[in-house]
Amino acid sequence: MSSEAFTLSIPDEVIADVQNRLKDTRWPDELSGSGWDYGTNLGYLRELVDYWQNGYDWRLHEARLNTFPQFRVAMDNCTIHYIHVAGKGDRPFPIVLTHGWPDSFLRFEKIIPMLSDPTAYGGDAEDAFTVVVPSLPGFGFSGDPGPSGSIFTVQRLWNELMTKVLGYERYGAHGGDWGAIVTEHLGRSWPGHVAGIHLTEVSFIHSFQKPGDLSAAEQEYLNGLEQFQMKEGAYNMIQSTRPQTLACGLNDSPAGLAAWIVEKFQSMKGSDDLSKSFSKDALLTNITLYWVTQTIFSSFLPYYDLMHAGAFTWIGEKIKEWVGSSGVPAGFALFPKDNSHPPREWAERFFNVQRWTLLERGGHFTAMEEPELLAEDIRAFFRPLR
Amino acid sequence: MKRAFQILVSDEVLRDLTRRLTHTRWLNPPNHSKWAYGTNLPYLMELVAYWRDGFNWREQERELNRFAHFQTAIDAYDLHFIHQRGKGPGCIPLLLLHGWPDSFYRFHKILPMLTDPDAADIDAGVAFDVVVPSLPGFGWTKSPAEIEPDQPLRQYASLLRRLMKEVLGYDRFVVAGGDGGSVLAQIMAIDDPGSVAAIYLTDLGWNRMNIDPGPLPHAEKRYLEESKKLFMKESAYVMVQSTKPQTLAYPLNDSPTGLAAWVLDRFYFWCDCRGDLEKSFSRDELLTNLTIYWVTQTIASSMRMYRLDMKSPSLAAKDYVAVPVGLGLFPKDIGGIPPREFAGRTLNVQHWTEMPGGGHFTAWEEPELMASDLFAFFRTIDLPVRG
Repeated sequence: MSSEAFTLSIPDEVIADVQNRLKDTRWPDELSGSGWDYGTNLGYLRELVDYWQNGYDWRLHEARLNTFPQFRVAMDNCTIHYIHVAGKGDRPFPIVLTHGWPDSFLRFEKIIPMLSDPTAYGGDAEDAFTVVVPSLPGFGFSGDPGPSGSIFTVQRLWNELMTKVLGYERYGAHGGDWGAIVTEHLGRSWPGHVAGIHLTEVSFIHSFQKPGDLSAAEQEYLNGLEQFQMKEGAYNMIQSTRPQTLACGLNDSPAGLAAWIVEKFQSMKGSDDLSKSFSKDALLTNITLYWVTQTIFSSFLPYYDLMHAGAFTWIGEKIKEWVGSSGVPAGFALFPKDNSHPPREWAERFFNVQRWTLLERGGHFTAMEEPELLAEDIRAFFRPLR
Repeated sequence: MKRAFQILVSDEVLRDLTRRLTHTRWLNPPNHSKWAYGTNLPYLMELVAYWRDGFNWREQERELNRFAHFQTAIDAYDLHFIHQRGKGPGCIPLLLLHGWPDSFYRFHKILPMLTDPDAADIDAGVAFDVVVPSLPGFGWTKSPAEIEPDQPLRQYASLLRRLMKEVLGYDRFVVAGGDGGSVLAQIMAIDDPGSVAAIYLTDLGWNRMNIDPGPLPHAEKRYLEESKKLFMKESAYVMVQSTKPQTLAYPLNDSPTGLAAWVLDRFYFWCDCRGDLEKSFSRDELLTNLTIYWVTQTIASSMRMYRLDMKSPSLAAKDYVAVPVGLGLFPKDIGGIPPREFAGRTLNVQHWTEMPGGGHFTAWEEPELMASDLFAFFRTIDLPVRG
């Protein structure tokens, strides 16, 4: 397994094609005054697409992203794309950061330098990390995981990447959304290598357990999850049952793809205003990444696998082993506007909780919105574990 | 009050459609074949190639225009409907209601059988005067985007009643429908039993799934549980359309291939085609229905109906329909055939037929079966008829 240096370089014709399609967008109507109540707001989307055509410059973002050292390595029939930034300090600690859906490795763009070079951000060189940010299989510039590439196999790839490819025998891990599942599973599977795991949520997979001794707060949390699923979870149901039915249109219509993705950023943002939480440039770079790599379908596969590839059964059995486990130290940084708010006792059923931080601001996309808050919590959690 | 109407799609819209089909950016590589991940990609590619190169809309348009089409303005709505007089005296006025993702086209095969049963070798002894509207938000009936109606389905039911009574002059009539058409028929019967003499349904309507299973006997409870399980597996589209229909409208109104994938998924999984969609529907039929959605740009408004109804439902799970109800049930329709006792809890069931074949698209899949059954039931209903 040898890594090859990688730079983003999208052909001109792909960029020209997306512009042609955007110009040709056939817009649907909308119920007047419905805001975001029926889904992505028409006025907002038109504004975003207008900026995509007339203001946004992919080449500018591509050049900036190429300042990160990036590589690709062929593993297990699935090529993995990753960023690898050496820490600045005497003994930088390796850490792997895992993104979710519908974000990408871009989730960590802002936090990478904060973690690798803390002194440049008013921190301490002692806290420096060597940062590894892979793209999940089926996302961005990683390969297609294939029909059986369950999200639960990713831990093996990540541990191989960290130990065999990069030579780090001991490392930390952080993640949210699917990244929280991968990170948790990584810690449980490789306790000899993983010094600690830092998460921004207790993964929803634990909610399949229904312990008989729930506290009132736990009950409230689980009710909240259910309400979220009813109100906001349709994307999850369609992606896990009929991913191809949906992906055909999203891969053919950039405005449609933007609508599908930006709805999630709107509903799970940390502030009361989408534009305060994310610049149009940040939203469009993430959307463009999905478009040019044509990965919207493969990015749905973790949902599908969970439902179909035996993952539910597997996780059902596995989680029983995980109840009351006191394995690898776990730290939690929870953002107030994220879509669930677990009480600490819920996390303690499954994790060896060493740190529990309720942050004052932020939503589901954590490092994209509040990189400083998150960086500080990651530093503090790993300080005693290095 | 009613104006004659002909379907005429502009050349420009058809050229644009062909261009978009030609430039489809296909999922690549199409390694997930079959229907396990949703719409089968190789099949979709074949169908889209035919849509572009083989399908002749003008020919379909000519066929459709052989029906007598009209439009009429009622309140904020401009209703499109077919009104086809039956042959001979004493015809029974019948309103036929479609659902999603079909259209008035659901009834293109059954319509001539109902107006002229003799020609179709059906020994009926009577014919129907048939009215087939495009429901608000479907086909050539626009749904005004300025209003978010309270109990939208109740308002649509009232529009349809006024169409039958005020515009067409039928004081008493019968109604038949499936899917959304079933729910609408029930609301019409509940709200105006004086006008609606009887209704014929091909399913119980989604509202009935919310009946409390607690006190039900075993067989009914099992039916409800099975239906709910199926719902989890098959009904993600309902969740999307009843919570975020607008988000989905963008790709589907912009990509005809995306629209085809979304709609065909439902045809495949709901029909009685045993793995070969074209056993139940010809390519031309599938594409005519799709082209209706595409050229009228009504995928957004048709999906919006789910959210409108969810926000302000018109039919409660236990609302009782007192007028005579006939049920014609097709074995491969969603959830299969319900227990008769369960249907009887909310419907005054006077007629019960379990069809030997067919699925959710009923009149489109098995027009002869359904036509015969409509005659068998409605013949027994006593109502004043046109001389």
